[in-house]
Amino acid sequence: MKIRLDNVVKTFDTFRAVHGVSLDIESGELVALLGPSGSGKTTILRMVAGLEYSDGGTIYFGEKNATNIPVRDRGVGFVFQHYALFPHMTIGENIAFGMKVSKVRRSPDAIAKRVRDLLRLVKLEGLEDRFPAQISGGQRQRVALARALAVDPKVLLLDEPFGALDANVRRDLRRWLREIHAELGITTLFVTHDQEEALDLADRVVILNEGRIVQQGTPNEVCRAPNSAFVMRFLGDTNTLSTTVRAGKALLPAGEIDAPGCADGPADVYVRPNDLDWALDGAGIPASVRQVLDRPGNRRVIAATDQGDALEFDVAPETEVRAGDRGMVRIRRARVFPAG
Amino acid sequence: MQQAKSKKPPRVGDSPAVRRTLITVVLLFGALLVLAPLIVIGAQAFSEGVKVFAAAIAHPDTLHAILLTVVTALIAVPLNTAFGVAAAWSITKFDFPGRRFLLVVIEIPFSISPIVAGVAYLFVYGLQGLFGPLLGAYDIKILFALPGIILASMFVTAPFVARELIPLMQAQGRDLEEAATSLGASGWRTFFSVTLPNIRWAMLYGIILCNARVMGEFGAVSVVSGNIRGQTNTLPLHIELLYHDYQTTGAFAAASILTLIALVTIVAKVALERRGAGRRSRRPALVAPVSKIAEKTS
Repeated sequence: MKIRLDNVVKTFDTFRAVHGVSLDIESGELVALLGPSGSGKTTILRMVAGLEYSDGGTIYFGEKNATNIPVRDRGVGFVFQHYALFPHMTIGENIAFGMKVSKVRRSPDAIAKRVRDLLRLVKLEGLEDRFPAQISGGQRQRVALARALAVDPKVLLLDEPFGALDANVRRDLRRWLREIHAELGITTLFVTHDQEEALDLADRVVILNEGRIVQQGTPNEVCRAPNSAFVMRFLGDTNTLSTTVRAGKALLPAGEIDAPGCADGPADVYVRPNDLDWALDGAGIPASVRQVLDRPGNRRVIAATDQGDALEFDVAPETEVRAGDRGMVRIRRARVFPAG
Repeated sequence: MQQAKSKKPPRVGDSPAVRRTLITVVLLFGALLVLAPLIVIGAQAFSEGVKVFAAAIAHPDTLHAILLTVVTALIAVPLNTAFGVAAAWSITKFDFPGRRFLLVVIEIPFSISPIVAGVAYLFVYGLQGLFGPLLGAYDIKILFALPGIILASMFVTAPFVARELIPLMQAQGRDLEEAATSLGASGWRTFFSVTLPNIRWAMLYGIILCNARVMGEFGAVSVVSGNIRGQTNTLPLHIELLYHDYQTTGAFAAASILTLIALVTIVAKVALERRGAGRRSRRPALVAPVSKIAEKTS
């Protein structure tokens, strides 16, 4: 089912949570709404679900105007951050709930069969008679997904689905959700504040800030061509160096950097830690090492330029470097955005 | 080891002398203030033998008082339960202007003297009161009759169920109801299959406290009932009447019935607290009852 949001607005009391958001989600697409807290992403998701009504604008499900269809009849599957499993029902009863209350009558046998099929889909066979309190967080979220899928929703909506889980479980569930999506091909919209999760999982990432869409595109597009300093900073670690732009060139002590399309005046150069090279001599920005953090795949060096700007970059695990060392930092790749 | 231990400075109030003194004082107070009167009630009720006790209970006026108390409870408690659930639901699941005000209103009966409630009802429903002429014209008797007794009891016990449910429902949030609705459940269905099962123990806890108070209420009811023997006397009022008539045995016999109700209430209360009801141990109500887990995992 194709979903279209047209100029949707939501205001809580006096706070405008969503400013005129327009968004198209193709049938079968897996889209991430990514943004910091307070960016309006959950509000947008809840409006698509019908758990909140919009104050303006239209939401289309296919060709149909769904703006005023109540949640109950909207045919969406909603997965909550904290699972919202019914604590007094077994896993099986939780999954069967939607089918039991549905207007579509199903025989008890059909329901039981569907519950078994879904448990197999979410790889939880045999846990049917347990209570939610007796299974792990990751298992609970899989039950929540099975429960949402049981009523054959036209759209699957997930609100920070892995937010309450620890890092390893989160990574596993991400892969697993990708597989389920590939298998069922159901239009899916999920909310996250974790860039890695959005980039790993989504066909398309919609980046929000302060109730507005700031950029959308495939993970490749938003990573390779961020359109603002906000997107650049939000998608990952960055180093920032102040500079001025003149005639499409940013001037740095170490040389010039191309700044196409950037107006003359004060600007900031943004560099990913991976795009900085460290050498003991040669060309580059002179810097001294302040601290070295060891990580599984590399060593993160925190250094400072002679002007006092902090620089973070990664070096290979076998590199000998310690606090107090001096050397040169070369910029391999950078983006320039006007200051402010 | 022993030496090292004794050198440690005592925690607050942890020295043996303080501990012993405190426990003794508390036990003494408990015995004097609570246990002794209860023992006296039992002793006095049976002081002239079981036969006299039975006769005192079987007296038509006493039986009528018991009946009236039970009828009052049977009407007032369900009404207040419905009110309590509705109030807790509104306060915790909806946003509306006046939410805080409603919270305060629900608390009023706790802080006000019941006699004030009784007098207020006199002024509202009495013959010279606000609705007096209207009620008189249609020959509806509220005061000095069952409706007045029920109204006064309800006023006094209005907060009990709501107070138990509000903190629990606040902790549970709206997620479960939202999930049920998104799965296609109607409002009623959501309430009966999702909300109610998760608040049932707390609700029962509130009902039991409410019932105990309705049956024992004296102040508010004494003002509005008119104390007509065999007609509008509830059990507590009847006890006072008997006592003033110097029928000590009868008074204590009737009092022993109320005491028995109190004991049953306490047992039920403890049993419910084990199931996670009551504000002290609210959290377990959110998960499956322990007994259920034990039987599933064993």
